[in-house]
Amino acid sequence: MADLSTKYLGLSLRNPVIASAGPLSQNVDDIKALAGAGVGAVTMFSLFEEQIAREEEQQIQLEETFDEMFLEATNFFPEVPRRDAGAVSSYMRLVEDAAKAIDVPLIASLNGSSHGGWTRSAKRLEESGAAAIELNIYYVPGDLTLTGEQVEQRHLEIVTAVKAEVKIPVTVKLSPYFSSVGAMCRCLDAAGADGLVLFNRFFQPDVDLERIEVTSGVTLSRPEDARLPRTWIAVLHENVRASLAASTGVDQAEDVVKYILAGADVVGTTSALVRHGVGHAAQLIDGLEAWLDQRQLTLAQARGMLAVPKEAHAEVYERAGYVAALEKAKTTYGSLA
Amino acid sequence: MSQRTIIDGNEAAVDVAYRLSELCSIYPITPSSTMAELADEWSSHQRRNIFGTVPTVIEMQSEGGAAGAMHGALQGGALSTTFTASQGLLLMIPNMYRIAGELTSTVFHVAARSLATQGLSIFGDHQDVMAVRQTGCCLISSASVQEAHDMAAISHLATLRARLPFVHFFDGFRTSHELNTLTKLTDDELREFIPHELIREHRARALSPEHPFIRGTAQNPDTYFQSRETSNKFYDAVPGILEDVMAQFEKLTGRAYGLVEYHGAPDADRVVVIMGSGIETVVPVVERLNAEGGKVGALFVRLYRPFPAEALLKALPATVRRIAVLDRTKEPGSGGEPLFLDVSSAVSEAVAAGRREVMPVIIGGRYGLSSKEFTPAMAKAIFDELAKDKPKPRFTVGINDDVTHLSLDIDPEFQLLDPQTHRAVFYGLGSDGTVGANKNTIKIIGSDPDTYAQGYFVYDSKKSGSRTVSHLRFGPNPIKAPYLVTRSNFIGCHHWSILERVDVLEFAREGTTLLLNSPYPAEEVWDRLPRTMQQRIVDLGIDVYAIDATAVARAAGLGSRTNTVLQTCFFAISGVLPRDEAIAKIKESITKTYSRKSMAIVKKNHDAVDSSLEHLHKVEVPKQATGDRELIPPVPAEAPEFVRDVTSAMLAGRGDDLPVSALPVDGAYPSGTTKYEKRNVSEIVAVWDNEACIQCGNCSFVCPHAVLRAKYYPAELADGAPEGFLSQPIDAAGLPDTRYTLQVYVEDCTGCGLCVEACPVKPIGQPSRRAINLAPVLERSKEKEAVKFFETIPMNDRRDVDFGTVRGTQFLEPLFEFSGACSGCGETPYLKLLTQLFGDRVTVANATGCSSIYGGNLPTTPWARNANGRGPAWSNSLFEDNAEFGLGLRLAADLHRDIARNLLEELREEIADDQLVDSLLAARQRMESGLARQALRVERLKDRLDQLSGPKVEDLKSVCDHLLRRSVWIVGGDGWAYDIGSAGVDHVLASGRNVNVLVLDTEVYSNTGGQASKSTPLGAVAKFASAGKHTNKKDMAMQAMAYGSVYVARVAMGADPQQTLKAFREAEAYEGPSLIIAYSHCIAHGIDIRKGLEQQYRAVNSGHWPLMRYNPVIRESGGNPFLLDSPRPRVKLREYQSAELRYKVLQAADPEEAERILQIAQAQVDRRWREYEEMAVRGAERFAADPRKEESWQI
Repeated sequence: MADLSTKYLGLSLRNPVIASAGPLSQNVDDIKALAGAGVGAVTMFSLFEEQIAREEEQQIQLEETFDEMFLEATNFFPEVPRRDAGAVSSYMRLVEDAAKAIDVPLIASLNGSSHGGWTRSAKRLEESGAAAIELNIYYVPGDLTLTGEQVEQRHLEIVTAVKAEVKIPVTVKLSPYFSSVGAMCRCLDAAGADGLVLFNRFFQPDVDLERIEVTSGVTLSRPEDARLPRTWIAVLHENVRASLAASTGVDQAEDVVKYILAGADVVGTTSALVRHGVGHAAQLIDGLEAWLDQRQLTLAQARGMLAVPKEAHAEVYERAGYVAALEKAKTTYGSLA
Repeated sequence: MSQRTIIDGNEAAVDVAYRLSELCSIYPITPSSTMAELADEWSSHQRRNIFGTVPTVIEMQSEGGAAGAMHGALQGGALSTTFTASQGLLLMIPNMYRIAGELTSTVFHVAARSLATQGLSIFGDHQDVMAVRQTGCCLISSASVQEAHDMAAISHLATLRARLPFVHFFDGFRTSHELNTLTKLTDDELREFIPHELIREHRARALSPEHPFIRGTAQNPDTYFQSRETSNKFYDAVPGILEDVMAQFEKLTGRAYGLVEYHGAPDADRVVVIMGSGIETVVPVVERLNAEGGKVGALFVRLYRPFPAEALLKALPATVRRIAVLDRTKEPGSGGEPLFLDVSSAVSEAVAAGRREVMPVIIGGRYGLSSKEFTPAMAKAIFDELAKDKPKPRFTVGINDDVTHLSLDIDPEFQLLDPQTHRAVFYGLGSDGTVGANKNTIKIIGSDPDTYAQGYFVYDSKKSGSRTVSHLRFGPNPIKAPYLVTRSNFIGCHHWSILERVDVLEFAREGTTLLLNSPYPAEEVWDRLPRTMQQRIVDLGIDVYAIDATAVARAAGLGSRTNTVLQTCFFAISGVLPRDEAIAKIKESITKTYSRKSMAIVKKNHDAVDSSLEHLHKVEVPKQATGDRELIPPVPAEAPEFVRDVTSAMLAGRGDDLPVSALPVDGAYPSGTTKYEKRNVSEIVAVWDNEACIQCGNCSFVCPHAVLRAKYYPAELADGAPEGFLSQPIDAAGLPDTRYTLQVYVEDCTGCGLCVEACPVKPIGQPSRRAINLAPVLERSKEKEAVKFFETIPMNDRRDVDFGTVRGTQFLEPLFEFSGACSGCGETPYLKLLTQLFGDRVTVANATGCSSIYGGNLPTTPWARNANGRGPAWSNSLFEDNAEFGLGLRLAADLHRDIARNLLEELREEIADDQLVDSLLAARQRMESGLARQALRVERLKDRLDQLSGPKVEDLKSVCDHLLRRSVWIVGGDGWAYDIGSAGVDHVLASGRNVNVLVLDTEVYSNTGGQASKSTPLGAVAKFASAGKHTNKKDMAMQAMAYGSVYVARVAMGADPQQTLKAFREAEAYEGPSLIIAYSHCIAHGIDIRKGLEQQYRAVNSGHWPLMRYNPVIRESGGNPFLLDSPRPRVKLREYQSAELRYKVLQAADPEEAERILQIAQAQVDRRWREYEEMAVRGAERFAADPRKEESWQI
């Protein structure tokens, strides 16, 4: 029986399969269910604090729009006491309750847009009992004036500011759309990020043909989506101090194994658990264990087995892989020429 | 420790009633709804009564139901109460007799209101309580907010002691909605007041199998009469008991009350007798007259039933020679109004029996009907009348009766003003925050223990852009002035458009401070004012201040909410509080209001306060008026005479001046008057992009106010069009040289934006724009010219229009236009469609509710007529009886049709045109062309009849219009169809008769402010469902389908306009009862109204509102009559609900419960969808057959 315990962000985990940020952590029971399914850590859904503040403001405006409108109806809703002081407080309370309720680390996820928002919320999350904070640095990629340098700078500033505010580990979930992902990761590492989560999936809008309009949609990731993050994990393995977490394209145990082989410290999934149920986590963990057992490998031995060797030149490695893939295709499908 | 607070009369009453009750059975009705709402809210917050339990509050399907439940609960031994008014109280009458006959202790709290007679009125008078004076209930009145509180306590104790039910009433609106300072009774005081043994005795009288007895027997001639007399001693005991209770109350609180209360000279020769808030008007007049050497008095009758004759005689000075008894009611045909008769009989009996020496002259007068003002000048006029040699034996006061000459002349200059009271008047528009800010101001000022405050708010009758006038008084003395402010120290006009239309200085005096919210800089303000206003400013030496509050609010991030800005300015310049103190208090109040919800809002408002002071400017006033601007006339000069003479006065706020002779005698008013009232309520309006438009008609279809009109016409008609008139070639084959125009009626547009949302076009490269967009508008002259020109183009011939498509309907003239419904209303597009399709031959029965208010509330009404003078005939009977009322209209139409057909046969030879007669009798009238032909035949028949004579000819003339197929529509909301009118709807649908029932389903009582109905969905928060509705919405469609003979459709225009159109046409064509349930988004859902159509789409696509039609005709021809028209749900219920406050409120209050309910609701939706799918593929034989014989209903 392979020992699956591992370290992530300096935290001790019982295994490297973690629940990544997603819709399955909305309440204490769900979070307990995730922990109960055996995962090594639970990342909570993301707190969009500033967005929440805006929404609250809009809600008040909406409520007031219909006050004192006409004589017979001076308002339309009964005075209902809010049990919470809003969504932000609910989130904090959920962190507090969930952290106490589970025996694995609870990682809070934070999304903001201004420095003030990031740091204020990070502090409160720490106080609420989060074991670590995942910064979900997500911006709308539609600003045509923002330069790559500015984007990078913003990431680094946010990490530095949050690190200065909290003592708990801070990990950064980032997008693959940097000119030089590797260099960016190294910079984040240098700025103090305790971990890197690869990658964020920007919502990729779809088109509704019935209504002829663009729709925002969340789709579950598929195993093919793992290829890009896996490649970068393979490249970054042992080239950064920060822990590496994989977060996309996990469906079955083999996807977990592949990430471990590439060098991931932990492998997160939401899609698999949404698709197959929370209990599926056990199958991912068991599958990893079985694979290691079958090959008589320890987790540490397997981790990074297929990473780009530290001394190797990544470009060469990738080209080699690319050429090999082409050769394989030729033999399978005949000449591509 | 007593608590001093400022609340309105409704809250004052219910605050006690709730604490002294175990059960409140309730139903909403203006102006009493607030009492029921607060009771429900408190119960859901677990507020306890003084006995330590949380009262049960249950909403019933009608006031009749509420009274029934109350009766049951009383027989079960519970301390029960209810709150109602007007028609609601009438519905309780049968139970009131019962409850009184059984000597049962309870209190009905009534915000007294007018009854529906020649017209409905939501306002205050005593018609309702006077209609229950014979039920055996005791009647006790309150004259003020404090009294509404105190008398609630007194009546709850008195009823327990007397074993007789009490009706505790106070004046609707004047007291129920007036904010005033009062001292609250504490729980401990109430506990001390109500002895527990009385409650135990009440319980002991309850029905119980432990000691069974039977109550509610049927009695016979031998004993009923005597049994009726057994209760006499209980009534005899009431005055004594009540005096005792009042004495106890005085001991407890120091506030003294009597059965009757006399104010004035002990040796008065003239006395006015009155009930209700009017006493507060009369007493200061008495004081003034006596101070001037008069000998007058006022007698307030607090206990009305049993009539306290002894107390009255005792209180009435022996010196009295003249008495005027005032009744706030009318009993047509009687010898006098009830209080007058009671007082007369008491006094004359005493004189006859020798207990009084002199029989005074007693005259009776009516005042204050429907909240008509009752001012000191009117009270003075009554005393003056009494002083005349021959006072009018019957009179009215407050109106000008130039027909029967009963009214008294009044001297408007007679005013009683407390020099220490500060008076302020504010003009605003509904939902602009003015009223809310004033309520807040009252609380701020009144929080000073040495200051008293009063607030009263007047609204006009529209739901969108309703003009509000707030009347505030503050001062060191208690404020007893139940009438509007005059000679105001301060006047605020919060919208420039108001001062352009009405005289906002009506209530000014010398030295008034005037605050204007001006879009113009301070230096331009003067020149922009109407000349008459300038003159008044100069004459009265008015100080004028101006601020562009809209700009300040916008800059502070508060959007169009100018309330904080203008409230700050009021405090800054009115001097009611030291400026710094006032500013600090405003900020404190802002923090208190918003800090739990959003700190960002707190900050923005605080910033707005600071910035307001910087942008407030004093306007330099020249020595004389300099301008030539006139007030904008309410209606155009070309309006019909009635509109010019009568409607116009009402619109200008001068309706009070209209004499009796000006008004219709039977409540019948001309149709289609909204078009004369150009309200210009929105500063943003729809603008058509004629280059991008594809002429689909969607925008026009959904427009709630019928401000988007389309026509196509020969190109040459556009010759000479004014600059703002737009057109484009028609996009249709076979119409060369034809142009198309979509005209925006810019003065009527409310800027809701539904058209923009409905437009499918996105001009290339402009994804955020449509072919119709909203744009700001200040000056509208170009657009007005365009509308004028558009109206010269003839309407398209109905016979040329394809009724079957949404595109086609845009060319049909709407005969429901420019209503005062809310901007973006979800109901009115359906009504407009109804009139476009069938308007020239439709009769509409409209249940009371939103649709009867925007449909029938004066001054102007939207049901219109076409160029031929034809149009919908509309009427509102009541709330509960609308289906039956509509059926009656159908039956009458059918009767007259049959008479016409018979007479036609009988007169066949005289008419001497067999072909005409035959075709008139045989016409099928299914298609528009067939209807048009029949209309022509009817005209031909009339021409022919004109050449004939004889009684039968005349008879046929009187009914021949019925030969044209008449369409009867029964329209109302879900409060009517699902609740109060449910039995009637059911019966009418079961009748098999050819009526069309249209339910404008907002899933909540919208008109009375958002109370839950049986249509309210599971989990939605509404008033009376504060904790979220915990039962499923009734599936009316399935119920109706069960009959087999009812055409049923569930539609949602925002999801599928074509299906809506189809359903309307099929329902109308169906020769039998039809039911259309139409999803109507509503502000009561707490949505961004512009997203109303989007929410309709989501409602359908989440499966909450599956679109369907059930057509019995298809079944009879062997097909499956159940047509499921919407696609399988594509989104989860959660997504639909997430945009609506009604669901989000529960999420905030109780997230776990919200989630639990949502899961159940989702499961229900899934289950129902499966059922519907299964039904959609069933064989015809598995649906109920239509058992009607064809000849019984088909012509």
